Amino acid sequence: MTTQLPPGISLEKVDDRIMTLNVGPQHPGSGHMRLIIKVDGDYIVSCDPDPGYVHRGEEKMAEYRNYIQNIPHLERPVIHDSSNILYPYCLAVEDLLGIEVPERAKYIRVIAAELNRCIYTLYWLAIYGIFLGHSTMFMWPAGDRELFIDLLEAMSGARVTHAYLVPGGIRNDLPANFEERCLRQVNYFEKRIKEYEAIFYQNPILKSRTEGTGILSRTDAIRLGTTGSVLRASGIDFDIRKKEPYDVYENLDFETVVMKEGDSYARSYVPYLEMFESCRIIRDALSKMPKSGSVRTKLKPNPKGGNEEVFKRVESGRGALGYYIVSNNRPEPYRVKISVGSFRNLICMPYLLKGELLGNMPSVYWSLNYWPVEADR
Amino acid sequence: MSTIAPQFRLSRFIASLFDIIFWVLLIFSLVGLPIVFIILFYIKLPIINGQLMTPYLALTWIADPSQTVPIIKSLIHTTFFHVVAFPGFGFAALLSAATIYVERKFLAKIQLRVGPLYCGRIEGILQLMGDGLKLISKEIIIPAKADKPIFWIGPLLFVGTAGAFVSLIPVAPGWVVANPTVSLLAVFATIGFFPIISVLTAWAANNKWTFIGGLRALHQMIAFEIPLILSLLSVVILTGTLNLSQIVQSQQHYWWIVFAPISAIVFFICILAELERIPFDLPEAESEIVAGWLTEFSGMMYGLIQLGTYLKLYAFAGLFTVLFLGGWNGPMVWPPLSPELITHGITIGPVNVQIAGLPLFSQPMLNGTLMFVIKTVGVILLILLPRGVFPRIRIDMLLHTGWYKLIGLAFVNIFIALGLLYAGVLGPGGLIQ
Repeated sequence: MTTQLPPGISLEKVDDRIMTLNVGPQHPGSGHMRLIIKVDGDYIVSCDPDPGYVHRGEEKMAEYRNYIQNIPHLERPVIHDSSNILYPYCLAVEDLLGIEVPERAKYIRVIAAELNRCIYTLYWLAIYGIFLGHSTMFMWPAGDRELFIDLLEAMSGARVTHAYLVPGGIRNDLPANFEERCLRQVNYFEKRIKEYEAIFYQNPILKSRTEGTGILSRTDAIRLGTTGSVLRASGIDFDIRKKEPYDVYENLDFETVVMKEGDSYARSYVPYLEMFESCRIIRDALSKMPKSGSVRTKLKPNPKGGNEEVFKRVESGRGALGYYIVSNNRPEPYRVKISVGSFRNLICMPYLLKGELLGNMPSVYWSLNYWPVEADR
Repeated sequence: MSTIAPQFRLSRFIASLFDIIFWVLLIFSLVGLPIVFIILFYIKLPIINGQLMTPYLALTWIADPSQTVPIIKSLIHTTFFHVVAFPGFGFAALLSAATIYVERKFLAKIQLRVGPLYCGRIEGILQLMGDGLKLISKEIIIPAKADKPIFWIGPLLFVGTAGAFVSLIPVAPGWVVANPTVSLLAVFATIGFFPIISVLTAWAANNKWTFIGGLRALHQMIAFEIPLILSLLSVVILTGTLNLSQIVQSQQHYWWIVFAPISAIVFFICILAELERIPFDLPEAESEIVAGWLTEFSGMMYGLIQLGTYLKLYAFAGLFTVLFLGGWNGPMVWPPLSPELITHGITIGPVNVQIAGLPLFSQPMLNGTLMFVIKTVGVILLILLPRGVFPRIRIDMLLHTGWYKLIGLAFVNIFIALGLLYAGVLGPGGLIQ
């Protein structure tokens, strides 16, 4: 029996050795996306990521709102890293409108961004635990996140979606006694995450599941255009905070974490070590910060950008995060393009998963520091 | 949040209660009573202690302990009671239910949580009952292209096999449901059914995830069954019997874990793998294959599988206790029933009740059960612990562990046992008796 197919549609030839699995979008280990995986026995023959299930048109929405109205919705793609996703937007708009940011605001922005980076990394680590079948690894980071969420709540008034960074500085000044409380919580936080090393990262089963799986070589990491912790885990010393310092990062004392292995273990270990560097940055920023002064430069109502285009990028929890804004003498931007680290790291997934065991799929997938909602924007 | 509905009227509520009571009484007197009398007309009433056992007499005897205790005593030695209640299903299900609750609280404490808290007021003690009611009330969904008879029978077979396994575990001296002379072989035979059930249900569900999960379960269970059987051989060599009750009796002075520690460790790891518990929960690996071979089960079918899993957990922990930890042996801590109570009866104020055949259970039996339960609960806690500290292992490492490392280790203790036997340290006429 032959069926006449509509034009443009062809049937896929089915191999009786190869089974096609649709991992997602309703799968506990897929996130808001689909992975079309072909397996031969337990080995993955090919993997085809299919993102786009949470596309919300953030870029198009930004063309209908003015520069201030854009703030709250632009942080929606990564609510766990909301300061970092707003950071390049603020930098770009400040460049566009020619605004000077007060010195104190610059330091507070850095503190907020680093706190948020830790919150994001812990959330990511928690889900990595679920992907590896380690329920304690989910509960501990998810609980320790609360320390910094409370701090950011005291700073901005919101627990998750802060909208704290605005063009021209920050929305409001720090509360009273914030420095003491912040130092205390950061010190305690550091003590807590030191325990993770012994229980999670030195765990023989976790090591055996992640070490030597999904190896991304140094040349491949550059060729595929990866960014962030994936790049640094493959042995490339690239951190935008060091290489193209923005705001006050050049005054602060911290190191870039680099590992040579390029496997899932290194990719999961680099963000963990970066949390210690974040704590160092926060402590340094708290000591160097001007103790008083203005925190926000007032903008004109409905400010208009010139006839120009700007590109600014920062180092977010998932790598380079850039905003390309085109303005045409109007209060609204003509075009906003968000370049996110997640989408750039997704590209190497078919390369990494080819030839791996099906059991390695979750550990390799989530080690890529991929946030589906951010990738779809 | 208020638990009382906003339109609530107490008077209407009481009126509706009276309404219900009226109709129940009416229907009972018009329909129920005639039915009871018709049934009584055909039933031949038994004669107990020279009295005709009418329903009225039966009710009086329930209130009179001197009449009920002999009846209960004759009941508890029937096979029916053994299967349904004490060493069999009821006892195991009770321990399993306690295990689920303890597991949730225990895991919560490791993970800095509180666990079940609200259901039943005291630390969520009724959570399991709530979960059970939820599972019963849920719809059972059968996939359209499933092989329906096998899909239906899978959970029942699973519980049945787990129940058969439970029946072989001796709890106290003489208290075991089934006591064949080769009960350890019967245990091996029963364990051999579980992979078949997994693969059958996985295939019957006609789903890719269940298929992969079923194959994984098959690989895992077969890979770990051989070291499991080999690890128990050293105990069989030392005791010279395959009967579990006799193995327990042989451990009156020392436990076999002293002479076969490697076997005990190998057996414990095999238990974890056979029970599909973390770190060996590959057949149900959530992030890889949804829920493995349980993916398509819903409602009470899933509940039955869970019940079977926990019965199996109890049975394996009991088997570990019986083989390595001396079963019911232990110091006599249970107080004996005072002889005055039996001879002179119980005096409460002016009333004196003489109860015939009062020691319902003998003192060694109660003490043995206590010892068995304490040891088994300890083993169960050890089985639960890895869930808090280990991630899931990968299939190639799992097979490597099972086929290569554990089989080698199991052989080591067999040679140690043979050495001990032939050197004259243990066994008949040995140095240690």
